[in-house]
Amino acid sequence: MKNPIQSLSLAIVAAFLALLPLVLPSFYTGLLSLILIFAIFAMSLDILQGYTGLPSLGHAAFLGTAAYVVGVLNVKVFKGCSFGVELISGVFSAAVVAALLGLIVLRSREVYLLMILMASSMMLWGIAFKWRSLAGGDDGLPGISRPNFNLIGWNLASTTHFYYFVLLFFIISAILMYLVVHSSFGHTLLGIRESETRMQSLGYNVWLQKYIAFIVSAIFAGLSGVLLAYYNGFVSPSEFHLVTSAEGLIMVILGGAGTLIGPAIGAAIILLVKNFVSGYTEHWMIILGAIYIFTVMFAPQGVYRLFKQLLQKWRPIWKPL
Amino acid sequence: MEAHLEALVVENLSKHFGGLSALEGVSFRVDPGERLAIIGPNGAGKTTLFQILSGMITPSSGRIFAFGKDITKWSAHRRAALGIGRTFQITNLFLKLTVLDNILLAMEASGLARFNLLRPVSSYKDLHSQAEKILRQWGMWDRRDIPVRSLSYGEQRQLEIILTLSQNRSLLLLDEPTCGLSPEEAKSFVSTIRSFPRNFTILLIDHDMDVTFEIAEKVLVLHFGEVLAFGSPEEVKGNSQVQEIYMGRDDESS
Repeated sequence: MKNPIQSLSLAIVAAFLALLPLVLPSFYTGLLSLILIFAIFAMSLDILQGYTGLPSLGHAAFLGTAAYVVGVLNVKVFKGCSFGVELISGVFSAAVVAALLGLIVLRSREVYLLMILMASSMMLWGIAFKWRSLAGGDDGLPGISRPNFNLIGWNLASTTHFYYFVLLFFIISAILMYLVVHSSFGHTLLGIRESETRMQSLGYNVWLQKYIAFIVSAIFAGLSGVLLAYYNGFVSPSEFHLVTSAEGLIMVILGGAGTLIGPAIGAAIILLVKNFVSGYTEHWMIILGAIYIFTVMFAPQGVYRLFKQLLQKWRPIWKPL
Repeated sequence: MEAHLEALVVENLSKHFGGLSALEGVSFRVDPGERLAIIGPNGAGKTTLFQILSGMITPSSGRIFAFGKDITKWSAHRRAALGIGRTFQITNLFLKLTVLDNILLAMEASGLARFNLLRPVSSYKDLHSQAEKILRQWGMWDRRDIPVRSLSYGEQRQLEIILTLSQNRSLLLLDEPTCGLSPEEAKSFVSTIRSFPRNFTILLIDHDMDVTFEIAEKVLVLHFGEVLAFGSPEEVKGNSQVQEIYMGRDDESS
């Protein structure tokens, strides 16, 4: 990190996140875990949407695949948690789905890509919904037990301990994704977002760069799926659903596509509002739609960039201090 | 197929868009180091020819050989790796990225940096020093941190050319490189191209006849997708058909 102020503020955020459970009631600590899980999901989508310019309404495919692999292994195979195997299998299967799907879909772009990914994800939803013997059909798979780290004094059944477990994965993922988007590979993704034809004539195999980005993104989305399965203690077909993908996309756009931090903020806003609203009405989707319209109209660049612009504007006021 | 020593051989190339024939049976050869200008009225098929040569669109029929290899079915990036570089008639740059980032993307296209997922782009000192050298050479080093979309149109056109030239591709397709440049800038561009060593082969489309005839050693005249004339500038200027169709009504020609 070049900028000392940037690294300092990130260290403060990390410390803040680490200390929060000490003051928050356990319900909100749980919600915070969910926010971090979806922050990983939204950031992984941002690699595609914000950095490579590949929009997706089917990102839930990777989250769902990983969650179901964890669910099946946990409930049907091990009848208990075998964390290492489940983590690796979950993430790996998301990567495999991306590797297979990418062969077919990455030739299309823009709205066509968006739709074909949505269709692919809904196909997986259909499989999960119908496959009663393995995936539990529309009941899903209940009874997923959380990993057991009692040896080092971590009892993940505790909301607070589970939160630190998620926070650890969030920090690792955020650092890795930060490295990816700032790497020379990440640089080529920006080039693809700006002009595919120019990249081709400069000598880039644009398809291959996109394909790698697609798989990398799926790996992190898969990780969020693994964590989500443990968080909920069950998996259900809704993990694959369009609504999950759409919420992810709105987190990215609301927070600010192509900023990585923005989508994490977007995840926090969406989940907090969702939690608040669902206390009053079942019609969360209406509010979600309204948020989306509001964002596109008033902050199309996202909350994070808006915040930075305001900071810039106010700087002359507080600089003399 | 016998091996060709020419930098570029185009055989009987045709391109149809539905019923419209953009190119019809175009054939020509370009020797290594040669400077060929392609001229013709609007809609003659010049840019379509470049699109096909660079691999952006596939021809309906015909074959293309570059440096002895049949590249007719090759993808654009493979052709670039073989040594074909091009500029675009309509400025095609990475608009939201800085000037330096644009050049770095040209540098990263060869080598393995493009596949390194963890090493920061800023840590590639050799790429940065190459980029600095190029930008200083073209007098744009002071502008390196400016996003390309904030550059003037003339600067964007210049960067359009720099991006392609910086890659040292041996066969260059320049599509109206001086369009949008001031007369002084165009003049300095011409002298830059003229100073290029002979290991570069250059194909040029330009509407500015002064530029065209100062650079070209051979001229290919396209008219409605067909080759009307192909020869030295003097031969082409003397061709009565060319004069009639193209030069005769053009007061720019010398």
